[in-house]
Amino acid sequence: MVGNADLFVNWSRKSSLWYLLFATACCGIELMQAGASRYDMDRFGAVFRATPRQADLMLVAGTITHKMASRVKRLYDQMPEPKYVISMGSCANTGGPFYKDSYCVVKGVDLIIPVDVYIPGCPPRPEALIDGIMKLQKIIMQKKNFGAKA
Amino acid sequence: MEAQALFDMLKGKFGDAVVELQEEGFTPAFVVVAPASVKEISRFLRDDPALSFDSLMCLSGVDYKEKFAVAYHLHSMEHRHAIGVKAFLPRETPSLPTVDDVWPAANFHEREAFDLFGIVFEGSKDLRRILLPEDWEGHPLRKDYKYPDFYRGIKV
Repeated sequence: MVGNADLFVNWSRKSSLWYLLFATACCGIELMQAGASRYDMDRFGAVFRATPRQADLMLVAGTITHKMASRVKRLYDQMPEPKYVISMGSCANTGGPFYKDSYCVVKGVDLIIPVDVYIPGCPPRPEALIDGIMKLQKIIMQKKNFGAKA
Repeated sequence: MEAQALFDMLKGKFGDAVVELQEEGFTPAFVVVAPASVKEISRFLRDDPALSFDSLMCLSGVDYKEKFAVAYHLHSMEHRHAIGVKAFLPRETPSLPTVDDVWPAANFHEREAFDLFGIVFEGSKDLRRILLPEDWEGHPLRKDYKYPDFYRGIKV
């Protein structure tokens, strides 16, 4: 019985991954492409929302500078639970081309907020982004919501 | 107008405030001026009908290790000629008059030079950091800049 309830909740969560319309660099162009008609992320239930208060998923698409870091944290804090984060592209993963000798770029968005899925690439193609979303859906399907807490 | 003729014209008008002409390796050539008289020379370059440099294409800061410099690239839409103006500043007190009332476009460039080099433009209408956060310490494009270890608890 509990297993079926988990299955239902997880299924509905993974089928409506509304993501925050938020991009800081060129990965955002690939994100728009993936959301538009050719790659059509709508078929996975992933549509963009213009406010963090309606979003389940934050796609960190692009370079995060130290000036931007506090804004990213604030946007993440404004999202309702349960919330997920996908780090898209080399800059958000590790700092990418700015890893060495940059005073202004945060070396990985996981220094600020917890990340569920990392997508490599500079920038990743829309296929890679869709693969990342499907990986996140697999993670969501494994969650236990009603069992005894460990 | 040729660079040499322009230099002679400025030299005749401003005397010792115009130091030298750097033609070798520069396109357009640079006229080196004393920092204190940058504003008068800029206004003359803009208003004189034979020159009418109405466009400030770029204003940049330079770090030569022992001194700083501010370089102005000027262009005239009317006469289709261009010239560079350069002012050298001492490393300890890098400051010179602003030109944002001559060319309003100078303001963002001056803020950038202030942000990254710490060059102070006296009399500027709005001299704040433009790229870095307002509580950032130091000026990162200086050659002797030391990276901070942390900024607001995040490793740099």
